[in-house]
Amino acid sequence: MASFDVIFLGGGPAGYVGAIRCAQLGLNTAVVEREGLGGTCVLWGCIPAKALLEAGHIADRLKHAPEFGVTPGEVKLDFGVAMKRSRAVSSQNSKGVEFLFKKNKITWIRGTAKLAGKNSVSVKTADGKEEKHDAKKAVVISTGSRVKGLPQIGLELNKKTVISSDEALILEKAPKSIIIVGAGAVGSEFADVFNAFGSQVTLVEVMPSVLPVEDADSSKEVERSFRKRGIAVLTGAKISNVKVGKDSVSMSIEAGGEKKDFKSDIVLVAAGRAPNVEDIGLKEQGVQLTERGFVKINERMETNVKGLYAIGDVAGPPMLAHKGEREGMIVAEVIAGHHAQVLDYTNIPGATYCHPEVASVGLTEQQCKDKKLDYKVGKFPFSANGRARTSGETEGFVKIIRGAKYGEILGAHIVGAHATEMIHELVLARTNEFTVEEIDLAVHAHPTLSEAIAEAALDSLGKMIHA
Amino acid sequence: MATKVFMEALSPTMEEGKLVKWLKNEGDTVKSGDPLGEVETDKAIMELVARGDGVLRKRLVSEGASVPVGTLVGVIATKDENIDDLPAGAAAPPGAPAPQPEKPDVPAPAVEAQQSTGPSRGTPVPAPQPPAPPRPPAAPPAASAPPAPVPSQQQPATSGAVRSSPLARRLASERGVDLGTLQGSGPNGRIIKRDVENAPAGGARAATAPNAPAISREGDYQDVPLNNIRKVIAKRLSESIGPIPTFYLTVELDLTRVMEMRAAMAELGDEFKVSVNDVLLKAISIALSQHPEVNAHWLGDRIRNFNRVHLGMAVATDDGLIVPVIWDADRKGMAQISREAKELAKRARERKLKPEEFTGSTFSVSNLGMFGIDQFTAIINPPEAGILAIGTGEDKLVVVDGEPVVRKRVRITMSCDHRVIDGAVGAKFLQTLRRLVENPLMLVY
Repeated sequence: MASFDVIFLGGGPAGYVGAIRCAQLGLNTAVVEREGLGGTCVLWGCIPAKALLEAGHIADRLKHAPEFGVTPGEVKLDFGVAMKRSRAVSSQNSKGVEFLFKKNKITWIRGTAKLAGKNSVSVKTADGKEEKHDAKKAVVISTGSRVKGLPQIGLELNKKTVISSDEALILEKAPKSIIIVGAGAVGSEFADVFNAFGSQVTLVEVMPSVLPVEDADSSKEVERSFRKRGIAVLTGAKISNVKVGKDSVSMSIEAGGEKKDFKSDIVLVAAGRAPNVEDIGLKEQGVQLTERGFVKINERMETNVKGLYAIGDVAGPPMLAHKGEREGMIVAEVIAGHHAQVLDYTNIPGATYCHPEVASVGLTEQQCKDKKLDYKVGKFPFSANGRARTSGETEGFVKIIRGAKYGEILGAHIVGAHATEMIHELVLARTNEFTVEEIDLAVHAHPTLSEAIAEAALDSLGKMIHA
Repeated sequence: MATKVFMEALSPTMEEGKLVKWLKNEGDTVKSGDPLGEVETDKAIMELVARGDGVLRKRLVSEGASVPVGTLVGVIATKDENIDDLPAGAAAPPGAPAPQPEKPDVPAPAVEAQQSTGPSRGTPVPAPQPPAPPRPPAAPPAASAPPAPVPSQQQPATSGAVRSSPLARRLASERGVDLGTLQGSGPNGRIIKRDVENAPAGGARAATAPNAPAISREGDYQDVPLNNIRKVIAKRLSESIGPIPTFYLTVELDLTRVMEMRAAMAELGDEFKVSVNDVLLKAISIALSQHPEVNAHWLGDRIRNFNRVHLGMAVATDDGLIVPVIWDADRKGMAQISREAKELAKRARERKLKPEEFTGSTFSVSNLGMFGIDQFTAIINPPEAGILAIGTGEDKLVVVDGEPVVRKRVRITMSCDHRVIDGAVGAKFLQTLRRLVENPLMLVY
């Protein structure tokens, strides 16, 4: 038994960042984690998926290489190699977090934790031993979320023919055919990867468009690009008649007024994640959950139980690593008695790394309409951007929605190469309440993709130069 | 040894601070530079930081209390140090905040003490100087002042500047909210959108100025940012004479032609009769429309020059003074002004004015002529920049072309807020007024 100031349950992006900030603020900190440090993000999400997407992107770029005067010899695609590289990157990052723990003198307790009364945590270690640890100041629940299947339509995960992103990340080879159920960020990214590695991909979405949380223009642009590359996209779809066989799955999909039968080697279910709220003693401690089953917190990350906090995926959407990280920093400052700035959840960017990439912050145009806001739209296509032409990546656009009266940025949407890097100019602008005029005032280097942001801002003012 | 925590001058102009919130509890360990509490200054909410290491042993001021700069608000000491007699005999000389433990016997003079709150805290600027860019932290303002630890993220407002977001500034300017009256809720007290949205129009000033403009649309006025000369004039003269540095200009106007015009109009029929006061109101309105720099409001951080003339007209009632407003008086004919003035005065006395009838004036007039007052000075109705006091019109012996003649004359005295109206500006306005009154045909020009 050991005594700490703070114990985090879970070492994902929320928990490990919170732990580091706690340690920086002079708190004696421990993190309970049964797997590797870094959580879903580092081990089963962001990082390995991006490594695979990069592999797919290289394959796709090579197809166009001859236009640039570079004709490669025979191009061989080996998903197994790409997968192993992605695992290596992943474990490298996890080791990086371990190093940060040592540097900041954070204790990693390997095992599975459960709340054990006020200010106390019991841990079942890998070898089956039970330990008890004290947390004098706070216990932070950062247990994250996990993949889930769709048993209600017959798609229970079986890790072989009906898989989640977890299994997709460690496939030895790309399947010949794959049906991906759910065209959110995860589904769209895997559709991109497997398409690049030669699988026959069918992307199915129950909502009327791919990436349904994004602006309709963004969704349309991605859908068009996917179709062009041979991905079958079925939106507004209804799945029925699922039959899971030994090495294939069949189902009927109704979309666009047509009902057809489909069959594939593998079905990847990418329809959301479930918060890890079970078996950690929440009920025993009287911790309140939200209607949707997340731990209920206030803006100081406090649960209804004093001294007990929750951050990251388990504390509610958006389930994004960077949202969890920020909550981790806030919880550390709250626990240390510092003055933490409240997190504005409307300013958390969304990023999808399929090709073309999609990034956004703030409201979609439809949301502006629903809220009856008086707005103006500025849009600039990368096809008119010099830098995009030089690299031959002219898909996509920058779209800025601004308040008609004051010019504040209500929403910003970028589709295109490096969109996820470029969005931060607009996140910074929104966070600081800049208007489109401040964006225009900032000189943008030429030739860069970011010039499209300045042009979109100008377009919203009716002053676009290059289109 | 124990470190006393004083209310510090967190801005050069701060005289007292409100302890909005303690960030440390009694018994908490604190390090030099740790924020102890949030203090609301005259400009923003800022952090009061520890000037020594130890345990915050005592909090001597409760949250929400305002205390003068230099007041002892807490004690930092080691865990078991005896501090019993510290709080009692601890009154620091006012204006000498944060004595440095290193030299406890040398009471710092006020200015140096302000600077000793940290070289990176902006530059305390002596009043007559324009706000200079913040000094580079590498050059401490006073060689003898030991640099105090300041958390790096702390960037309090420099003198004169209010930290605010571009969107907040746009909203504020449109809504007539004075940013200087707001407390920012953004990082380091930065004023952001929600602070402006939650502010009453016209900022805190609205509460004290019942005649603040209720309706001003964009385009009805022009906001003029204060240049440095204007800032210094405002600051120095307010210190000299009170919150509104007022001076007075008196003119005696010849009413001969006004009387002729009235007589000529009356000959056309009773319905064309107007009073001298009606003519003067019309003339004043036209003059104001030609001098937006006088038809103006003082808004603290800028001056608002109005393009429309809403003339306030002081009316004595049994309950006291009230100032009903003739809207767009410069665009109304004398007959209408006459009618409205009579009607408003009547309803004012009957206490039947609607709120919109006594708010929104851009400039005001007071007339005590009917009481036989030769000349007087009227008190400015803030945020208006001036007021005209009209005396009685009477026959006087004056010299015209070397000959003594009897002429009807009226004395008008203008009270001017010197922060807005300089002597020459007021004089030019009165010249215009004289030209109009002495040549009333100009009223139709």
